[in-house]
Amino acid sequence: MGSNTVLVNVVTLRTALVLLVLLWAPVNRTVFAQTELAGSWAARNTEDISRDSYPVDYLGLPLNDEGRTRALSYNESQLAMIERQCEGWPAFYFVQGPFGLKIWSDTEPVKGTAISFTIGAWEDRAPMTIWMDGRPHPSKYAEHTRGGFTTGRWEGDTLVTYTTHMKAGFLRKNGPPSSDEATMTSRFWRHGDILTVLAVVEDPIYLAEPHIITKSFQLTAAPMSPVGPPCVSGFEGRRPGESVPHYVPEKNPFVDELTKLFHLPRAAVVGEPETLYPEYRKKIKATYVRPETCTRDCGATPPR
Amino acid sequence: MSAHRLLIVALAAVASLSTPARVHAQNRGAPPPAPTAKASASIDLTGNWVAVVNEDWRYRMVTPAKGDYKGVPITSEALKIVNAWDPAADEAAGNQCKSYGAAAIMRVPGRIRVTWQDDNTLGLETDAGMQTRLFRFTPVPAPAGQPTWQGHSAARWERGGRGNPATGSSVGSLTVVTTDMRAGYLRKNGVPYSENAKVTEYFDLAPLPNDGQLLVVTTAVNDPQYLTQTFIVSSHFKKEADGSKWDPTPCSSTW
Repeated sequence: MGSNTVLVNVVTLRTALVLLVLLWAPVNRTVFAQTELAGSWAARNTEDISRDSYPVDYLGLPLNDEGRTRALSYNESQLAMIERQCEGWPAFYFVQGPFGLKIWSDTEPVKGTAISFTIGAWEDRAPMTIWMDGRPHPSKYAEHTRGGFTTGRWEGDTLVTYTTHMKAGFLRKNGPPSSDEATMTSRFWRHGDILTVLAVVEDPIYLAEPHIITKSFQLTAAPMSPVGPPCVSGFEGRRPGESVPHYVPEKNPFVDELTKLFHLPRAAVVGEPETLYPEYRKKIKATYVRPETCTRDCGATPPR
Repeated sequence: MSAHRLLIVALAAVASLSTPARVHAQNRGAPPPAPTAKASASIDLTGNWVAVVNEDWRYRMVTPAKGDYKGVPITSEALKIVNAWDPAADEAAGNQCKSYGAAAIMRVPGRIRVTWQDDNTLGLETDAGMQTRLFRFTPVPAPAGQPTWQGHSAARWERGGRGNPATGSSVGSLTVVTTDMRAGYLRKNGVPYSENAKVTEYFDLAPLPNDGQLLVVTTAVNDPQYLTQTFIVSSHFKKEADGSKWDPTPCSSTW
């Protein structure tokens, strides 16, 4: 074979490969299509605003009996114990809490692909690192942390994440529990300057069905801090060695507070799963009496 | 495979991708008709869905107290309406559907049914309040006359790449912009939006455990008259196997 023939073959091969790469590229872009999530996303807090204002407010939670009993035993004075002051809240809190999201990515230096996304911390919330590099979740016996272990993948323009290895904690700040077997599957949908996050929490120990949280954030030019202020513990009235503040579940003094204030049925207040569905609304129609006028915590005073 | 053979394969692949449109144009003298909205749907929203009220239970499942507008960024002008709310007067005036308008209806606990009305119109019915929304994918001017509770909705699909066959998830979403609404209530207890309000909604799907499916609707309401900033809520619905639990219930000002 002459040198010219070899040269022609090399050129032909190179041309063919270039054509095939060009053909493959648009398909590849579709498969790996993604959207920019990095930035500061402000919480507008126009939804799910009742959250944890009252000691016993489990409205909208599908607790099972064990979860309800644990929740009713919770006393918020536990947070005065020096060893619990900086405990923080599990990963659910990034979507359940009142804060915005500061998101950034770490990229692989050659290909530029995202190795991970991180949702910044707050004072009582650990940062959430979302591993995008295909690494597996650790063994179920591996260390559990407050923030858990999260992996992510793109499904089109949607970021889908899966969180495991969270320490036992709370679904809300007023005591509904989460176990160390809880997992969370989240989806991040970006629509222009609105980011909607869906979190589906499954917990075989304390939930009767998956708990679904959706919350929307709005892109802001005002930069958010990637870290929260440091938590500094101090004496708040509970001395080391004293008992853990709690209630006997059947004697929780706040169990009827929302019933008295807002005339809400106890089954809803304590998170019975049937109360999440429209049928329950029909069930209570005949007995519910609307409270006459709001007298406190009615809404922010509008600007004049 | 030899280099020449590989080149032929590559050229054939290029030709197969580029030829049909040209041939089609030559044969018919006109570009092919655009596919219908139904044919080009990026996700399938049709079916029966039930609201799951994990959020704002106190403001959705029951009628809250007069004057309770917590979480809604209202103007001082809106506050006057909030404090003047009179459900009996609304009922008497035939305005019992004020809290079932397009800006609020997805927050009302109930069931929704999504069906294609024609190739370019997606219909969304609610059993609570018995309302019908029409999402039009082709430009149609708003009908002349009085605005309606559900207003005039323009819809478009958003592409989002490919889903994950392993999880059965689909990607893409539906964006709906609604205007020309009658003034109504964001909440049952008289928190108002005006007839100048604009509602932008995004419909997304997600898989649930045990082959379930979830519809998430993000609703952003802009109303310079009664809102100081965009009012954003996201509501979710589980797919149901059929419409056996469909229970049409008329609008009510008091419940």
